[in-house]
This record gives sequence, C-alpha cells and structure tokens, in this order.
Amino acid sequence: MTTHPSPTRTSSPPGDAVVEITDLRKSFGSVEVLTNITTAISQGEVVCVIGPSGSGKSTLLRCINLLEQPTGGTVLVDGIDVTDPDCDIDRVRSRMGMVFQQFNLFSHLTVLDNCTVAQQVVHRRDKSQAEQVARSNLEKVGLADRADAFPAQLSGGQQQRVAIARALSMEPDLMLFDEPTSALDPELVGDVLAVMRRLASEGMTMIVVTHEMAFAREVADRVIFMDGGVIVEEGHPDRVIGDPQHHRTRTFLKRVLDPTHVDPDADVEPGDDRRAQIKEAELSARGEPRVSSDMRDQRF
Amino acid sequence: MTSPAAAGRVRRLSPRKRAQRVRWVQYAVLVVAVVVLVSVADLPQIQKVFFRGDLIVDTLTQGLGRALFNTVAYALGAFVLGLVLGTILALMRLSSVGPYRWIATVYIEFFRGLPAIIVLLAFGLLPLAFPGLEIPFGIYGTVWSALGIVAAAYMAETIRAGIQAVPKGQVEAARSLGMPAGAATRKIVLPQAFRIVTPPLTNELILVVKDSSLAYIIGLSSTSFDLTKYGRDLANTNANLTPLVIAGLCYLLITLPLTFAVRRMEAKTARAR
Repeated sequence: MTTHPSPTRTSSPPGDAVVEITDLRKSFGSVEVLTNITTAISQGEVVCVIGPSGSGKSTLLRCINLLEQPTGGTVLVDGIDVTDPDCDIDRVRSRMGMVFQQFNLFSHLTVLDNCTVAQQVVHRRDKSQAEQVARSNLEKVGLADRADAFPAQLSGGQQQRVAIARALSMEPDLMLFDEPTSALDPELVGDVLAVMRRLASEGMTMIVVTHEMAFAREVADRVIFMDGGVIVEEGHPDRVIGDPQHHRTRTFLKRVLDPTHVDPDADVEPGDDRRAQIKEAELSARGEPRVSSDMRDQRF
Repeated sequence: MTSPAAAGRVRRLSPRKRAQRVRWVQYAVLVVAVVVLVSVADLPQIQKVFFRGDLIVDTLTQGLGRALFNTVAYALGAFVLGLVLGTILALMRLSSVGPYRWIATVYIEFFRGLPAIIVLLAFGLLPLAFPGLEIPFGIYGTVWSALGIVAAAYMAETIRAGIQAVPKGQVEAARSLGMPAGAATRKIVLPQAFRIVTPPLTNELILVVKDSSLAYIIGLSSTSFDLTKYGRDLANTNANLTPLVIAGLCYLLITLPLTFAVRRMEAKTARAR
C-alpha cells in the first residue's frame, strides 16, 4: 500500500517530477516517524497531505527542505539529492518556499523587509529591485497597503499571507505549506485559502499539509493520506476523500468531517498509541531549546 | 457587662479601618524620625563637611570636566569591547564545535569569578612582566582591555540567553528561504536577541561605569584621573567630603539619563516585538 501508484502520477511523464521521494525514513531517537515513504510530485501538481495528528505529515514536509535530516532514503528536488552532504542545500531551499503553521515572520522587520531580506542575501538583489518584487507579491496577497507595518500589528490571517508573499518573493518552483491555517481563527482561514487557491490556479507546484478537507477536495490534484508514518492511500481527491478504500482513511475522515460521529466498532483506535508516540517524538525533536540537531551542525 | 456580641462589635475594627490606622502609625513614625534627625543633626557642620561652598567651586574648576570625560571614556571603551567579545563568546557557547564551547565556558567562569581589580592590576603590570610589550592607547587601552575582558564574561551569558530566547521558528524561516546559517544569525537572530537583552545590557553598562572607578589602582597621572580618584584626592587634601559628593553626583549625571534613554528606546521599539 505504501507505494500505491496514483492516477495523476501515471498521467504525467516521470521526467518532470519536481520532488522524488524514495524509501524515506526518519526516526527521532528510537521512534520511527516515517517508514519507507516513496512518492513523487510533478511540475504544477497540487498535492494535499492529510492524516491524523502524529501521522508524520509535517515531518515528511520538513524532510523535503531538510529542516529535518532524513534517517534514510533519498529526496530529489529538481533532480538534486538533498540528502547528499555535497548538495548546496541553501540553493535548493531558495527555490522552495515554505509556509509555517506559526507564520514565523521576522518580528523585528517590517512586512516589506520580511519580503526583501532573503532576496538581498540569497539572490543578491539590490534593495530597490528586491522591494519591487516584494511589493508585487504583497499586492498578490492583498496586503500592499501594509508594507510598512510590523508583524505584531497584523492579524494572524494577514501574517500568514505576508509569509506566503515572503516565500513567493524568492520566486520558488515549489511551495510547501505546513498546516497554514491551523493556527488561525476560523473567520481568517478563508483569506489564506483564497490566496493558495489562486496560486494553485496559476500553476504553482504545491505540497500542502492540511486539515481543510473542502480545500483539499477542491484544489488538490492528488491527496495523500498518511497514518502511523506510512502513506496509507493516495489518489484523486474524489477517490481518497469521496470514496476511501482503506478502513483507516474512512475512520479518519469520519472523525474529521463529523466530529460528533461515534464509531460503534472502534472504541480504541488501534493506531492511537503509535500516533501519540510519533507526535511526542516530533514535538520533543522540535521543542528543544537549541536549533534542531541537523540545523545546529550548519549554524556557525 | 456587655454581651459578647456587642463587645466584639465595639472592639473589632473593620479591615479597612485597621489598614487606615496602620497607615497613620507609619506616618507618625516617619514624622518622629525626621524630627529627631533634624533636632540631633548639626546642620551647619553637615553643610561644612558635605557641601562646602569654596570646595564646590574648587572641585568644579580644577579638572572635573576632564575626570568626567575620563570616566565616560573608560566605561564606554570597556563596554564596547565587552559587547563585541561577549557576543563572540556567546556564539562560541552555542557552537556545535565542542572545543569552542569549552573555551567559552572556561573564560566566562574564570573572569566572572575574579575581582575586576585583580584583572586591572594584572594588566597594569603586564608591560613590566613582558618588557617591550606596549598596550595600545596607553592607560586608556589598559583600562579598556581589563574592564572589557571582565564585562565580556558577564555579557556573554546575557547575550547567550537572548539568542536562545529567539524562537526557533525564526531560524527555520530564514533557512527555509535559503539564507546561509551565518546570514540568518546576523540578520535575523542577533537583532532580535539584542532587542531582548537591551535592559540587562543597560544594567551591565551602568556596572562598567561604576567599575571604571577601579582604574586608580594601576596608577593614574592627573590627566587620566577618573571621577572617583579625582574626588578622593581633593577630599583627602582638604579633609572634607564635598569633592566626593560632587563626584558621586556626576555618576548619577551619567547613569540616570542613560536609564531614561534606554527606557525611551524600548518603548519605541516595543511595536516591533
């Protein structure tokens, strides 16, 4: 089941895969969070990754831009193996935008400077050129008028849209979204999803870890359902969300789509212990006071 | 004989009334203390010892400006050196290279544990111990290095705490945009860290200003006198405390505006936090 071929994938030639993940494994200490993940994302494809808390979705995303160092397997981005120690990870990352659940805007910089600082450092653009790019992206997310504000002066939804503009200002080929609406008040979710929808319609390759089933169903070309560190099921959203084949997918979707539903034959979910274990390992790996171990190596 | 209930009502004050009486007592004690002090004190004598007019004039005119300048120069130089060195030490403490961490830890523990005056003495004697060695900027360089090296040990720990207080997501965001580790540290982490540690660093600056009074120990010539040495010499010559009082007030003249300016700055940058 882990290497289930998807209908969308067979329709696109294998040559234009932007991301190719093969036998990816990731452990935090003794807890294996990802087990032999194999999948590929094609140019222009929008892939939504869904699954219960503690299924390894976020870790999968973070392995793609090496915020987490994979324990085994390979991750090819535009044909470059990011797990290879010789790979220039900064260059690969500069072509890969990432949007975080907690926005992570640079709190000491204005909205405009948030969008220009990396352009100037990484792309060596001069200030006026970087500002021009930044302003056009801020316009795109509907925040051109807040360019001089500081992040703390914005609502969560606005901050997340700035974070998207900041990532877009690097002109990436691929965007990674790690639960971009999970930290937002419900009434602010719509604006962020609208920006993402528009990005998808413009042909951006996107990998979105999300709990927004309606968004996944509407925008995704393919949905990946993960549980317990493996891909349980993947395919067109109408199939994975509309007509799930696997018992675990059905149970998860029932819980998400109808929280009041009680599954009569599942008092205790068999995977719950493992999920709790994975979640705990993920959190403790990210919660340590220093930068995570693999980031630390590259720090100074 | 009144009934117990009635007695309770008469004797027991309400908490608010009691608080009011306690306040009255406190005021009364204060007034009595002041009256006693004033009646006991020999005011003309106090004025003669602490605020003698001719000595005030002498203190102000015989080189106070120079001494004030020297104190500021000693403190500022030592602080800047300490800040640079402290930042380097803080980064070393957080380095992934073990030996850097050990060196920084040993340095910090060593210089935090030593009295500043010993370090000053050592630096004063260095040219004697190593013939031919000359510390640049003469006496200023000696004071700067000695006090700066001690201040760096304290500041390193403060700055390290500030760096660690910057949320990890900030580094992750910077790195995910392709910024190399060094650029992420310089452009994202350190500016936020320094914002966090501005209040404790102000404290450190004030401590350095006061520590500069130890400079006398290395033997200063009259042009390099700091405020304390200047005031002490005049006080000794005249067997009067007035010059010391003036010198003391000058320290406040340095530190109070400093505290005020930093508070203003903090309020201004608060919106960016």
